[in-house]
Amino acid sequence: MGFLDTLFGRTKPVQPKLDDLFALPSAAVQLQAAMGFTPTGSGSVSFKAVAGKTFSDIERDVQDLLNMDTGKPGGGGLPVEVTKDNYGYTWLVANHMSDEMEALVTDLHAVNSALVDNGYGPQLLCTLVAFRDDSQRSLALVYLYKRGTFYPFAPLPGRQDDHDTGLELEVKGVLGDDLKIEQDMTRWFPIYGAPGL
Amino acid sequence: MAVRTRYAPDRGLTVRMTATMFLLGLVFVAFVALIIGIMAATHSSLGAIIVVALIFGGGTAFISLFYSDKIALAAAGAREVSPREAPELHAIVDRLCALADMDKPRVAISPTAMPNAFATGRNSKNSVLCVTNGLLRGSRLTPEELEGVLAHELSHVAHKDVQVMTYASLLAIVAGLLVRFAFYSEIFGGGRGRGGNNSQAALLIPLIMLGSALVYVISFLLIRLLSRYRELAADRSGALLTGNPGALMEALKKVSGGMASIPTRDLRSAEPLNAFYFAPALRPNGQGLANIFSTHPSLQKRLEELAKVQRQLNQTTPGDR
Repeated sequence: MGFLDTLFGRTKPVQPKLDDLFALPSAAVQLQAAMGFTPTGSGSVSFKAVAGKTFSDIERDVQDLLNMDTGKPGGGGLPVEVTKDNYGYTWLVANHMSDEMEALVTDLHAVNSALVDNGYGPQLLCTLVAFRDDSQRSLALVYLYKRGTFYPFAPLPGRQDDHDTGLELEVKGVLGDDLKIEQDMTRWFPIYGAPGL
Repeated sequence: MAVRTRYAPDRGLTVRMTATMFLLGLVFVAFVALIIGIMAATHSSLGAIIVVALIFGGGTAFISLFYSDKIALAAAGAREVSPREAPELHAIVDRLCALADMDKPRVAISPTAMPNAFATGRNSKNSVLCVTNGLLRGSRLTPEELEGVLAHELSHVAHKDVQVMTYASLLAIVAGLLVRFAFYSEIFGGGRGRGGNNSQAALLIPLIMLGSALVYVISFLLIRLLSRYRELAADRSGALLTGNPGALMEALKKVSGGMASIPTRDLRSAEPLNAFYFAPALRPNGQGLANIFSTHPSLQKRLEELAKVQRQLNQTTPGDR
C-alpha cells in the first residue's frame, strides 16, 4: 500500500498474477522424476463469491466454459464440479487424466481468465493441482494468485489439524529451480479437505 | 477500468479525513508557534518544562506504539493461539490475508465474555489480531459474520491505524502533560522567588495552561473524529475484501446488541482499549453531543455506509463494463 492509501485508510484491490501457472507442467515432470509423485489429474480453483445474484451467473458461465471442453474429439476433459467449502469459498474442480497436465492447466487458466475478465480478479484465492505417490501420499501444489508463487501442501490421511511439513520442505527443495516457491512460509496456509485434493 | 469501478474509493470519506488531518496539523503548528513564542519571551526555566513535556510525551507515544501489541494483549488478558489450538479462526485469517496479499498477524483470544475484537501493532509484521471468547462463542455469529469482523480488523492493520492514531495523538499527549506541569509549577513553584523572572513567569504559566488546555480539547475532538473516520474506512475495506457487506452489518447489529447487556464492571475495565475495539465498549448515553466524544461512529451510521458498499457491489454487473 502506498503512503496516501495508508493516510486515507483505503485498500486497493489486489490483482492476481496468472501466467506463472504455466510453469506447472514442467514442475510436475520434475516432481515425478525426483520424488515419484504423479498428478492425479484433478485441479481446482478457489475464489470468494461476492454475495449477490450476479455472481451465480459467473459461476454458471465458468462451468459452461469448462464443460465445452468435453465435447472436443479425443479430449479427455470431464465436467467441473462446483462446491462450496466451510469458509464460504467456491471451488471449481476440473478433472483430467493423470497424463494431461497441460490440458488441466489450460482449463484452470481459462477459469481464472474468465473470472478476471469479469472483474473478479481480487476475489481469487488459490489454485491447486493434486499429486499422489506410490504409497498413496497426497500432495498439492498451491498457487497463490496475489503473490504469483507456489507452495506445497501435504495433508496427512484423516487429519484435519496437521500436515506433513517435512515432505513439504522436501518438495520445496526439489522444485526450487522450476517454480517460484513462496519464501514467506507463514503464507503456506493449510487447506485441509480442499476440493480437488 | 473494470475493477476500479467496483472498488471505487469513497471520495467523501477521503475529503473528510483530509480535512480532519489538516486541522490537526494546523493545531500542531499553532501549538509549536505558541511554545516558541513562550520560549523566546522567557528564559530557560519555562523552556525546560516544555522540553521535558515534549520528551516525556514523545517517549510515551513511542513506547505505546512500539509495544502496542504487548500492552493491548496484556490489558485484555489475551493469549496468543496456535493454528492447532484455534484451527478455524486461523483458517479464516489465512484466507483473508491471502486474498488481501498481506502479512498474517498473530492471532490471540481474550477470555472476556464481551463480544468484541481488536487488532493492534505498529506494522503488519508486528501486529496481532485478538478476538474475545464472547465473540467466538457467546454472540452466535455465523462464520460469514465472524469473517466480516476479522476482515474489518485486518483492514485496520492494512491501514496502519495504530501508527496513524499514535502520531495524531502525540500532540494531545504533550499538551495534556503541559497543562499538568504548568498546574503543578503554579502550585509549587509560584510561591518561591525566582529572581527578576518571577512576575513574568507568574503571568505566563496560566497562559501556557490555558493554551495547552485549549490545544488538548481541540486535538482530542479531532482525534476522536479521525478515529470514527478510520472505523468507517475499515468497515468499507473489510466489506470489499469479503465481498459481503451484509454479513458485517449483521455482525455489527448482533455485537452492538450484546454490548448493552454486559455487566458494567466489564465495560469499565475495557475502557482504555476502546479505540481499537470493533465496537465501542462504552455506549454513548444520548445522541448528538455524546457522538463527538465517541471513538466509533454510531451503529446507524456504520450500517448506512455499509449499505452503500452493498449497493455498489450489486449495481455493477459484469456485463456493464
